[in-house]
Parts: sequence; C-alpha cells; structure tokens
Amino acid sequence: MTNNTFNSADNSTNVFPEWRNKDLKDALCACRDLLEDTSFPTVARWRENGGKVIGHFQVYFPEELAHAAGALPVKMRGTQLDSTHADSHFGSYLCSIIKTTLEVSLSKNITLDMFVSHPICDAARNLAAIWGRNHDYPCQILYLPQNPNSSHSVEYLKDEYSRLLETITAVTGSKVTDADITNSINVFNENRELMRDLYDIKRETPWLISAEDAYALVALSGIIPREEHNELLRWALPLIKERSERQQDRIRVVFEGAFCEQPPLDMVRMLGQSCYVVDDDFLIGLRWITDDVPNTGNPIYNLAESYIERSSYSPVQHDNRKLKEEMLLTRVRKSRAEAVIVAAAKMCEPGLEEQVAYTYALDEAGIPYFVSEFEENMTSFEGIGLQVETFLENILFA
Amino acid sequence: MAEKNQSNGSAENNRVKAQTDDLHDTLVGRGNRDGAQLFRDWFEELNHTAETGGQSAYVFVMGSFNEILKTFDLPVVFPEINSLQTAVRRVSHEFLSEAEDYGYSPDICGYVKADVAVQLRGGDHPMGKIPKPSLAVYTNACNTYIKWAEIWERMYKIPVFTIDVPGSRDVHDNSAPGERHFENDRRYVEAQIHELIKLCEKVTGKKFDIDKLREIMGHANDISVSWKRILELNQNRPSLFNALTDGTIYLGVANGFRGEEAGGRYFKELVEEMEYKAKHGIGAITEEKYRLVFVGVPCYPIFRRFNEMFSEWGGTFIHSTYLWFASGGANCGFEYDLKNPIASLAEGTLLSVRDAMDSMFHQERAVENMMKDFSVDGVIYHPIKSCRTVSTGLADGRRYLTDKHDIATLFLESDMMDRRVVSEAQMKNRIDAFFEGLASRRRHKETV
Repeated sequence: MTNNTFNSADNSTNVFPEWRNKDLKDALCACRDLLEDTSFPTVARWRENGGKVIGHFQVYFPEELAHAAGALPVKMRGTQLDSTHADSHFGSYLCSIIKTTLEVSLSKNITLDMFVSHPICDAARNLAAIWGRNHDYPCQILYLPQNPNSSHSVEYLKDEYSRLLETITAVTGSKVTDADITNSINVFNENRELMRDLYDIKRETPWLISAEDAYALVALSGIIPREEHNELLRWALPLIKERSERQQDRIRVVFEGAFCEQPPLDMVRMLGQSCYVVDDDFLIGLRWITDDVPNTGNPIYNLAESYIERSSYSPVQHDNRKLKEEMLLTRVRKSRAEAVIVAAAKMCEPGLEEQVAYTYALDEAGIPYFVSEFEENMTSFEGIGLQVETFLENILFA
Repeated sequence: MAEKNQSNGSAENNRVKAQTDDLHDTLVGRGNRDGAQLFRDWFEELNHTAETGGQSAYVFVMGSFNEILKTFDLPVVFPEINSLQTAVRRVSHEFLSEAEDYGYSPDICGYVKADVAVQLRGGDHPMGKIPKPSLAVYTNACNTYIKWAEIWERMYKIPVFTIDVPGSRDVHDNSAPGERHFENDRRYVEAQIHELIKLCEKVTGKKFDIDKLREIMGHANDISVSWKRILELNQNRPSLFNALTDGTIYLGVANGFRGEEAGGRYFKELVEEMEYKAKHGIGAITEEKYRLVFVGVPCYPIFRRFNEMFSEWGGTFIHSTYLWFASGGANCGFEYDLKNPIASLAEGTLLSVRDAMDSMFHQERAVENMMKDFSVDGVIYHPIKSCRTVSTGLADGRRYLTDKHDIATLFLESDMMDRRVVSEAQMKNRIDAFFEGLASRRRHKETV
C-alpha cells in the first residue's frame, strides 16, 4: 500500500467503493466515471439497502434536513440522456435540464421517494407540478424566500423548513430531533470546509488539479452520502496538494453561468486544457452556504439564517446586498483571474438576462470576457474550443 | 276611437322600442368603448407625468399593489401592458431588435425586451411617453419580474421591492386562513407590506394615510366582486363576451384602475351590460357553435386575426386562464376587510396571487373547473417562446387533461411579441383541422 492509496475505513455507508484502494489518478478517474454514469449506481445501491431518496432540483436545498431524517438527498440536475420519455411532456423553447431531469426519473435511472423543486425560475416552478402529475409520491416546491432583505425572511424560512421536514419525515417514517439536525449540520459543515479547501487549491495552485477533476469532486456530493464524500475529500485533497505538477503559462479564468444547468464534463475538460479555471459557479447550490452553519441553538433557524446571511450569489436570487455584477467582479479579483467566460445555458431566462449585465460591468472594469451558450447534452466542442482558444491567445499575445 | 287607441298604442310601442333601442345602444358594447377611453386617459396621465418629470411606480399585473401605491398618489406603469401594446400595434419587432442589439438574447421574454427598448428611447412609446420609475414593486408570481426589475435598478438606481408571495407547495396544498402554514405565509407577506409602506414614505416624502388606503381598497373590492361576477356570467349560452378579445380590454382596466373609483364604476357598469345581454340573449358572436377555453397568453402580433381563425368556424372563447392569472387572481373575488386593512391586504394578496400562480402551474385544474360550469367543447393551448411561467407545463397539462376527459384540444406554439415565430398559415391549417375534428366528433355524438 502506497501512501496515496486509501485504506478503507470503518464507515456506515459505502455506496461508492470504486475509488477506494486506488492511487489518486485512478481514484479521480473513478470519480469522473461515476459522474458520467447515467444509471446513477450509487443512488440505486442506497435504495437497495432500503434507504429513502429525496430528489431536489437546482439550485440550493437544505440537504441537512433530508440527511437528519436518514434519507439520501440527491441533486437532480439532468444528465446526458436523450429525452425519449420526457420530450412529449414539454413544448419548445425550454432549457435542457428541465427535460433531462424528468427523463432521469421517467426512464427509471433514478427512483425517488420525494421530489422538491424551487422558485429559481419559471420553468423550475412548473417542474414540480409536472412531476406531480407523473409521480405518486410527494412533489413539492420549497419556497425559499425571494425577498431576503425582508426583516421577516429568516423567520419565514424557518417555518418553511419545518413544513418541509414534516413532509420528509412522513416519507421516511422517522422522527427527527434537534440533535439529529445539529449532527447533520456538523457533517455538512465539514463538507463545506473541504469544498472551500478544494476551491483554495483551484485559486492558488490550479495546476495541481484539472478543471474536470475538481468539478467531479464537487459534483459527487450530490449523489453519494455526505459522510462518504467527506471521506473522499479528506483523503484526496492532501494528495492533490502534494502533487509535483509544474505551473504552465495559462490564462487564469473565471467561468460564470453554471448555477443551474451544467456544461458537459467534456466541455469543462476542454476549458481546462486551454486555461486555468480558477473560480466558477459550477453547482453553486452545493456550495451555497459559504461558512459554517452555527451548531448551537435552534438548528432549523440556523439553517434558515445561514441561507440568508452567509451565502453565495446567483442570477436566481435578488438580494439588495449582493449586486451580482459586483459579486462577479469580487470573484474575479479574489481569484486574480485575467478573464471571464460569461456563459448561459440555452433558453435559460435568468442566465441570459444576467449575461447582459455581466458583460457591461466587465466592459466598464476593462476585464476581457468571452460570451457563450451551452447545453448539457451537447456533444461537439470543436467550435467553442476554437473560439475559446482564439480568445485566450488574444489576451496572451496582446 | 279604436283608431286613436291603436295609434296611441303604436306610439307607446314606438316609445318603448325607442327607449329599448337607446338602452341597447347604451349598454351593449359599453365596456369596450369605455375601456378604450379609460386606457387613453390613463396613458395621457402617464404622458403628462413623463413630460413634467413626476414620480411613478413600475408594477406588474400579478400583484400590483396599486392599493398601497395609489395611497401615495403614485401613477402606476405596467410595462407588460406597454409591451403588448407594441405588438398589437404591430411595431414590437422594432423594439425587440433594439433590445437584441443592446445584448439581450432572442430567447428571452419579449415583454422585457420591448420595455428595454422603450427605456433606451427615453420612454417613447406608440401610446405616448412613459415616465421613468421612482421605484418598482413586484411579486414573485413570475420570476422574470425580478430579473426585469433588476434592469431598472441598474438603469435608474431606483429601489426595487420584491413582495414575496409563497405559492402552493403542491397541487393538494389549499391551506386556508387560520391554518398554521397559511398563517406563516401571511405573516411574511404582511411584514413585507409594512416594509413597502416605509419605502413609499421615503420615496415620496409623504406620510402613510391608512384611511386613504381603506378608501382605495373599497374601490378594489368593487372590481374584484364584479370581476368574479362577469366571469360567472359567461356561463350563459350564448356567451356574452369573448374571453380573448373583450376580456383583454377588461383586464387592462382591472389592472390599471385597480383601487380607483373610475375602475370600480366601470366594472359595476360592465356587470350591468352583461346582465342585460344575458337577459336579452345577446351573444358575443352571431352564431355560437363551439365554446372554447384558451390556455396561455394571447398571440398579440396577430391579435384580431388569431381570434378570427376561430370565430370563422363559429368558435368563441368563453373563458381563459389568462383572465385568472393576468388579473392577479381577482377571479377569487376576494373582498378586503376594511376594518383591518393591512392584515386583510396580506391575506387577499396571498390568496389571490397564489391562485394566479396555480392557474399557470396547475392549469389543468383550472381548466377542469371551467369545464364543469361552462359547457366547453374544446381547449386551445397557446404556449409561447417568451413566457416559461405560463408555457412550461402546458404540454404535460394537456396530456393530463386528455387522459382524464373526453375533450378536444389544440396545441399552438407561437409568441406574444415576436412575429418571427408566429406562422399564421401553419396556425390556420391546424385550426381548420381542429374544427373539422370537432364537427366530426359532434356528428358522431349525435348519431350515437
């Protein structure tokens, strides 16, 4: 056993054994393979062991509540499946993620016990109703506050989380105490800290981890139990830091526009081969809370207060304190990025609208940017790859 | 003598007939005539406000909070209505192009883009000059409202205020006043109303007058009660008004004049007109063959022609989900308790805006309700590129409806603003085929 091979620990769950007893390179390869596996084997294994599964759509979901009830919270974010079952449930002019997320369920690639959507956009709110017409388990909207500046928003959200927990426990048949939720908060606090550590590596030493490996490490948290994810990161991050890869002469870039629909892993790989993606909003919902959630006092209040008071930004939340173009410029400054890829998923109303504001702000700040649209089930990247390389070369040789 | 009596009787008959004719001429079509006049008056006021640099509030149809804003004498601007007017007047493409040149995608809401162009033109609009906003107030009934308001926030550095109205959590959620979950939501909405009042005081420099709010809410009550009654009256056979064409005029007044005495009066008179038409068997069209429900947002680039393609076959729109959601849920007929105005405004907002959202996200339930009471022959779905709020669930809702009910449906995709995706010829082919199917279905039923 070498020092970069995992020695299997005594853990309560083990739905993702494929990375264990491998060296870092092969373990990361296993992570990417799992991420691209449209049969979602880890979720299937969880169910085979009798576990309940709570599917939650993008962007943010208080996973701690599902975790405290003993269920597996699964990030439903589409996948690279053809919408053979879902297509007839939708008209035209819609983003891909809405269709493929439903496809994942209709095709039985994932079986849920409950589905939750959020008022992030008009399509997502419709998705809960569509889901409800096609499934006989609870399909709900979690009404996260859209006026976070109201003095009553935290109190409202605490009540809304309590309501959600009632539905979750009706599904799981379990009783949840404050101590259970606090325990879950601790598990997720560790996870948040590890994710922040991973992003520190991206920002400070991006040559030590490829863009797609960093992406996969984050994304897996949406489909495996968080304890296992913590275990994986606790093992992998020190090994990544010890790598001896040398820095290359590449432009440092922020990728913005993947708060909901995700670019395919191949596109992330393509970008990572052309530049250092030093910060991004990939799967920002999994990293929404930016600091530890307090673990003393009322845990549901703590979760609600953290959603409002210690959280990131995205085009689907209006907060007077977080003007989005200023937040983007802060992200660029903090990561010492030299350019921004301002992307949006095709047909994504909030993303496409935000693109305009971002580009005007970047123009004013004199920061080069590249505007692009993507789709999660796109398969050809030659065109966009060439455009990105040309854009980066223009900066490099300006 | 007999001749004289006959002559007197004839004169009396003529007098009664003349009076009846006068009454007929006064009442029938009055809603459309007066509605158009009110619209002109409203835009003249806006034009005056713009010319004199007065304050205004930008609001939206689903939860406008006219009640609060008019307490502060703020003229209200409905950018949705401004935008659709550009399409009805067949110039929306000029506005859309201008916004797209500015950077907005062809795939986003056409209303947003037309308004962006109006703002870039300094308020110049085909109906007059639109004043700049002093603040914007909007609910979350449509998420694009929030993104739209952010544009003004950036352009004008004005305060924008989201009144967050939690909607139904699922199709079975009908929590009612007094119940724990409802009261949680109501307290949240009420807190935000208090915060909005403080903001209005700051923006206008005026002190809040609760008695004035009561008066305005009383006028809003008149509209809500009448709106509900008018919709019910269209159960009449023949139907009394066309939900798509006439209904859009009524909607404009219901939104723009909510909380005004003129609005309340208009709707009381509209009820009078509809009751007169019901009593005298006066229908929206001469020969009503097929009673249709419209689901979605109208096709404004060919507004009249779209309707003609149905009326040519004897089809008339007796109801629509548009009359529910675009009235902000006024179809609920919620009457404010004027003794307790703020709490009642919160409750009414929660119930009405939630209903408006339900009639988009759970449109199949709205249509099922209409089918119960309105003798419906067919349902026309009109999903549009511009609006995911209304359109995302329509294909699935249609599947649900046709699985559960023996009802003819038609699914026509186009847009409410962008004539580039409106294909009239293709639409006509499909509409003709739909009516041929309806006729065949009717013949089959008659022979069974």
